[in-house]
Order: sequence, then structure tokens, then C-alpha cells
Amino acid sequence: MKVKDDQPLRIGFYVCHCGHNIAGVVDCAAVAQYAATLEGVVLSRDYKYMCSSPGQELIREDIRDHNLNRVVVASCSPLLHEHTFRTAVAAGGLNPFLFQMVNIREHDAWVHTDKAAATDKAKALAAAAIRRVARHRPLETTRAPIHPDVLVVGGGISGIHAALTLANAGKKVYLVERDPSIGGHMAQFDKTFPTLDCAACILTPKMSAVRAHKNIVLWTYSEVAKVEGYVGNYTVTVRRKARYVQEELCVGCQECVEACVFKEPKFPDRFNVGLSRRKPIYMPFPQAVPQAVVIDPERCIELKTGKCKKTCLEACADRHAIDFQQKEELVQIHVGSMIVATGYELFDPRRLPHYGYGRYPDVLTTLECERLISSSGPTGGELRLHSGQAPTAVGFVLCAGSRDYKTNRWCSRTCCMHSMKLAQIIRERTGAEVTLFYIDIRAPGKGGEEFYDRALAQGVKFVRGRVAEVSDCPLSPAEQGKLIVRVEDTLAGMVRRIPLDMVVLAVGMEPQANAQEVRRIMNMSCSAEGWFLEKHPKMAPVSTFTDGVFIAGCCQGPKDIPDSIAQAGAAAAEALALIDAGGIDQEPNTAYISEEDCSGCKSCVDLCPYKAIAFDPVKEKASINAALCKGCGVCVAACPSGSIGQNLFEDQEVFEEIEGVLAHA
Amino acid sequence: MKYHYFPGCSLKGLGRAYEESLLPVMERLGVELHEIEDWNCCGATVYMATDQGNACVLGARNMALAEKNGAGDIVAPCNACYLTLNKAKHCLAESSAIRRNVERAMAEAHLTYSGNLAVRHPLDVLVHDVGLEAIRREVVRPLTKLKVAPYYGCQAVRPQCTFDDQWNPTSMDQVLTALGATVVDYPLKTRCCGGSLTGTVPEAGLRLTYILLQEALRRGAEVIATICPLCQFNLDGYHDQIARRWGAVRIPVVYLTQLMGVAFGMAPDALGLKRNFLPAEPLLAMS
Repeated sequence: MKVKDDQPLRIGFYVCHCGHNIAGVVDCAAVAQYAATLEGVVLSRDYKYMCSSPGQELIREDIRDHNLNRVVVASCSPLLHEHTFRTAVAAGGLNPFLFQMVNIREHDAWVHTDKAAATDKAKALAAAAIRRVARHRPLETTRAPIHPDVLVVGGGISGIHAALTLANAGKKVYLVERDPSIGGHMAQFDKTFPTLDCAACILTPKMSAVRAHKNIVLWTYSEVAKVEGYVGNYTVTVRRKARYVQEELCVGCQECVEACVFKEPKFPDRFNVGLSRRKPIYMPFPQAVPQAVVIDPERCIELKTGKCKKTCLEACADRHAIDFQQKEELVQIHVGSMIVATGYELFDPRRLPHYGYGRYPDVLTTLECERLISSSGPTGGELRLHSGQAPTAVGFVLCAGSRDYKTNRWCSRTCCMHSMKLAQIIRERTGAEVTLFYIDIRAPGKGGEEFYDRALAQGVKFVRGRVAEVSDCPLSPAEQGKLIVRVEDTLAGMVRRIPLDMVVLAVGMEPQANAQEVRRIMNMSCSAEGWFLEKHPKMAPVSTFTDGVFIAGCCQGPKDIPDSIAQAGAAAAEALALIDAGGIDQEPNTAYISEEDCSGCKSCVDLCPYKAIAFDPVKEKASINAALCKGCGVCVAACPSGSIGQNLFEDQEVFEEIEGVLAHA
Repeated sequence: MKYHYFPGCSLKGLGRAYEESLLPVMERLGVELHEIEDWNCCGATVYMATDQGNACVLGARNMALAEKNGAGDIVAPCNACYLTLNKAKHCLAESSAIRRNVERAMAEAHLTYSGNLAVRHPLDVLVHDVGLEAIRREVVRPLTKLKVAPYYGCQAVRPQCTFDDQWNPTSMDQVLTALGATVVDYPLKTRCCGGSLTGTVPEAGLRLTYILLQEALRRGAEVIATICPLCQFNLDGYHDQIARRWGAVRIPVVYLTQLMGVAFGMAPDALGLKRNFLPAEPLLAMS
């Protein structure tokens, strides 16, 4: 067989052991021996680690010494190492697309146990690739420019940190937050574990920095509605909800709130998780950024009926910040990359009726307890029961809804430490007895174990056992008027009933309710639980399967503040690497039209998901913009006249591959 | 409304009062219950625990007999029968080994089991087929002022509940309200009655019974309504032993269907009320 330019075929074939990963199941030497007999193969080797430097060097040297003009490597998934080997081939002086990779690890060794059959399969796959590569033509990669602006979705601590990092590096950042203020869950915390430093003191400077940064465009009360385009060139539509207050005119004096016709705050306050009340016009919380009030259209009389005295307008006077005519807006921006940091939701303990949440007012969640001990909370930091009295005995039920086949199977990683933090603060401030009911205490990370020791030293009691029930059914005088926790103490080997005043449920983290919607908009994948999926759990923890889209913080899975910030920094660095590379190499696996065959039927134009095909009305032919084509192949399959071809997926290439497999069978 | 009726051993023995009240009440509501001819043991919880494969044969035979008599759901009033028959159905659907065993046994008896009939609790039928409105229409003596603790027991709602909330069922509460009674908030409504432990390990079993009784009293109930013969027996049958151990917690325990009969104006004698250890008639006569 001859190649196109009439040189005889000289194929080099390599089969990788991947340690025991492949060699444990596939007889690599036998595959190499078999490949050596195939047409065009002049050299066939098996080697322990093809991806190692010596492995790559081998390819380079062989190309030079044996004058190879095609290379095939049978190893792992092309997702992992196609780029590595193409680079090695290029270093040897060949066009990198005169190369074909065979996946005999994920597609063969890892999924089979029958060694003889697996070896046979490897031979078949190798034969297919060898026949295919003979048809490969040299191709050139093109380089597309990258838009330097970045969109960060979500204004919690992860989004804030990512935005600041990028902005400090001189990039323009759009930070889009759904709520009226940035800050996220961290703004609701009193202190942070394990150092017990004040959460607000370390968060609010970063929030203000976001507001003040010249490179950051902060859009709160806004959501991403639509994303179009591809890496380096995204067009994003942002829905800016009506706040009914001109953000740039509001000075945050809150005289309007004072003047509102509702004399008393009446509606549940989200920041205090419903433990306090707010008015229809309100400041989300004291340190909110931006310092601008917001009007709740569901509650405001003027917005509902148009028949209010509008005392707020009078109070605002000549500042004219209040604007009842404000409408929702759709704004389009262009960015080259995006960081998704949309956070988490807390497990709703109403799904565990035996814990009595919603039935007994002194059964709380950890976040509610957090607000009660926070000095900016509804009680000014005094831990109080529903009755107004101070509790003398408080219990924490760990893993409420977590590590449970009936609810969420995962460990939320932070609840043990979070509960121990609250337990220590309660011990310090009130002297109440505190009991933690746990399955396992998980206090990993820097300072975690020491933090656990500190809780023990402070006299926090630990009872090992999953709580069966929280009830108000007393069996003894000591239990009268108390909440009774029934638990199997697995260390003492007995069932215990422990009377308490307050029970705090350590609820775990869940993906946001709209995670699937966000996933679709951003074109990402989700794990089975609904967390956004990273490209590789170890090697690419903040990348996604969509180039230019990165993830950070709890939207990827439960994690604490240090880990969230580390991820946010990593995501920002990945985005920076992308931007500062100056452009993106595009795979040449694009579709092309042979004009003489095109009948101008336009079938392909509407089918293209990337809007890469245009119709030339003068020539009456379709034309493909290679910069927009992602190589999905839809048009190739749909074209009725067969006039669309695709680089790296030419008909002859694919047919040779099929025949190669079948010939071996 | 026609159903196959599977009484089970209890309703012909210790729990006779349940059948005595269930049949006339259902008749009044236009529910036809046709007793399955030649029925046998449901398979029972204990047998189920030791030899699931053969226990399923017992359950399957009852369901196959019902199938022979035509369409219609099976009504099993005893919570244990209800659970055991449903469990047999589940095992037969899930396990091919059990299915083969049962098919062999059915062939011997010239029966076929298809698994098409649903096994339902009368409470489910009352609320979802008959409807609260129809029940309300039959009430001639509303149980006004009667404070009732609704007690469901464990087997009607666990491990799954197909007709109500598993943790906080309310269907019996709704029926009682329709009768005019005042329903007491009773969080222990699905807690263990003591089961067979009242006979085997009385220290443990009776304590569970005691907890239920004293909490019903503490919450102001005058009577406990049950839907299971074992629950009724445990809660009603050990008042003296409980009094000796923990002090008296005397409260009558009746079947839901007995309360319905009274509200429908039926004579207490016709409802098996005389069979109660702790008489409930004086209380019911008052209301």
C-alpha cells in the first residue's frame, strides 16, 4: 500500500503495558507480534509506560531512525494522552495527525477478565487503527483568539475569591449573583472553624473589595439566562431582575425602610433563615454588598396594587433611588471563559419527621443555631429557646440526612466540625451542657483533630450512635417539658433517653435545586447526586468537560471554606492560563463542503448546533465556518448529496477502521 | 365495590371483635367483602423470617385462590397479614428462585398465581375507595366530645406505605374526624406495640405497651383506636401487669371499625364491644 504522496507506508506500532493496568489482562507482547505482521507496519514494540519521557523519546527516535511516516499507540483513553503522543509524533518531525490512538485500557483491560479474549480484542482494535491511520492526511491546527473577559457565576466566598484573583491579575470580570447581595452562606456564619476567627471580619473586606475593584462588574439580583458560543468566545445573556431601587443612587441610609407603611417587619427574613422579620423594602443584611435596599414585589403594596402612600419615596426625597417602574432587563456580554461557583443548599430536615423539625420549635438546624449565636442575628447573639429562656442542655444530631441510604448517601464533610464549633461557642458563652450524637467524628485537615480535642477538653459530651427519634413524650419526671433524644449508645451498648432543651440537627449539603438548569445552561455534566462534575477527580479538579468552563466551591461537592477558596484560586489560575496563552488551538476535525457536489438544499444550515453553517445566496451553496465548527458530524450525516466531509472522520478512514475490526474477527 | 376478603387467623380468634365490627360497617358503606374460600395462614411474620421461600407459598396460595374467583383487590384487615401478603407479592416479583418454588407448589395444587391482585388494608379502602364523604353521610351518632388517640401500629406503614405517609400517617385521623371525634395529637402513632415480645420477653414488650398507653393518657385521650388485632390485644390485654410494674394507665382500646359502628348507630353487642378487657361501652354510650 502507498500513501498519498506515493511514499511507501512505514507504520510504527506501540503497545503500552500501563504497568499492570493493561499488561495484567492483555498479553502486550503478543499484540505487538501480531501487529508486526500487518501491512505497512515496519516496527512494532511493547513498552511499560508509553506516556513516560523515555516512552515518548522512543517514538521520536524511531521516526528518525526508521523513517516512520505513521504512528499508532495502543494504550489508554485518547482523552488522557492523545495530546501527549501527538506532541511526540510532531517532535519526531511528522505531522501530528498522522497518528492514531487505540484505547485498550478503558475499552479492554479494565472491563474484561478473560485474558485470551481481551488479547484478541486488543489485536482487533490494533488492526483497525493500523488500517485507519494509513488513510490519514496531514492536517493543520488553527489558532482562535480568546476573549480576555471572564464571567464568574455565584457571589459566595468561592465566586468572590475567583473574581478578585482574576481582577487583580488585570482581567475584567463579570460577577453575577442571584441574591441581592454577595456573601453567600459564609456571611451567615458567626465564626469559622478550626481557628474560631470571626467570619464577617475576614469576609466583608473581600466583599467591599469586589465592589470597589475597577476590573469587576458586579451584578447582584441577576441570573445567567443563556450561554452561546465556545471556549474563548462566549456570548452570555444575563437576566437582571428588577430591584425597584437604582443601585447607583441608593446610599444605603435605609430611611425608606424606616418610613415604609408597614410599621413592623412582617415577612420572614431569608438571611436569618426565617428567625426574624423584614419589611417589603429591606437591606438584605447589615454588611450587604452592594449597600442598596431592595423591594420585594410579592409584598410591596405599591407593586401589588398601585395603591400605597409611598412613604418610602418621600423618605428617599431628592436622591430618587426608588424606582417602581424598573423592569427586568436582559443584558448580553462577551467573555472567553466562565467560572461556576453556585454553591449548595442545606438538606431540609422535614424529610426526617422522626427528628421533629417543624413540629417542635426548639429543634433547629445548624444554620439556625448559627444565626442565634451570631451578634448580628435576631437575638443579638443570645442563645434562646422558643420560650425566651436560655437552654441548659443542648444536643447536636450529626449526619441528619447524610450518610443514609434513605436520604443522602454522601458525607457533607463539614457538619462534624461545624457542630463542634457551635458546641464550643455554646459551652463558652452559656455554660450549657452540650452533647453531640455522632456516627463517626470526621475532623480531617489542618487543625481538625486539635479542634476535636479542644471540644472534649471543654466538656462537650460525645455519644456514638445515630439518633433514632426526637420526641416530647416524657417517661419520667426528669423528662417533663423536655425534648427527649432516643439513641443507641453504641459504645455503652445500650439504648439511652437523653432529655434536652434544644436539639440542633447538623444538616448536610445538597446540590442547589436548580443545579440541573444551570448545568444545561452552562453545558456541564452532573454526578448522579447532582454535583457538577469535574473533568478528572484528581488531575483536573476545577475543569469541566466544556472547555473554558471551570467550577469552584460547593457546587462541585461539599467542602469547607479553605477548600472552597483553594478551588476558587485554582479555577482563576486555569482561566488565566487560558487567557494568557493568547489563543486556543483548535482541533482540525472540522467539517468541510465540497462545493461542486452541494445542491444548496440548506438541510445542514438549521441542523448545525453551533450555527457554523451559512448559506451563500449568490453561489447557492452552503459554507462552513471552521472557527465555529466543533466537529460533531451532524451535517456530515444529514447531507443528502454526501457533499460534506469531515477531517479525521473521512469515510475511507472510518470504513478502513470497521474493516480492520471485522477482518480480525 | 367488591373485594376478596382475607380474614386471617386473628379475625376468627382473638381478634374476633375486629371482624364483627368490620363486616357490618363495610356492608353499610356498600363494600362487598367475599371471604376467600379455603384460605390458609398468610405466611405469618415468624415463618417469613425463618423460611421466606416456603412462607411465600402460603401467601401465594391465598392470592391464587382469590384470583380464581375473579378480579378485585384483596382486603386484609390484620396488619400482619397485610404486610406478609404484600411481602410475598414483592418477593415473587423480585426473586426468580422464590417464584420457581411457588410455581412448583401451585402446580401441585392446580392453581395459578399471576400477582395481579393488589393486597389492601381496609383503612386504605375506607379513605380512598369509599371516601370520607360517604362515611360522614352514615354517621347518625357523631362521636362529639370523644377524644381519640389514633394508633396505626408498625406493619400498615412499614417498611413502605402505599396509601399514606410512612412517618406521620393521617388517614385514620381523617376517618375519626369524619365520625365527629376529636383526634388527639399522638406522635407515637406508629411506634411498636410490643409485638410478640409481650409474651416472650414481657419486661421489654410490656414497657413498650406501657409507653403507648401512658402517653395517650397524658395527651388527654379517652380511648385508643387501632386497626390491628395484635396491637389491640397488647394494648388492651395487659392493664393489670402494667399497673403492677409501672402504675395504672387504664384507657380503653378499640378497633376503628367499632367506633365507626357506634357512630353509624349500630348496637354495641353487634360490634363485639363486649369482648374488650377494659370495657369501652360506658364511654361510648356517653358520647
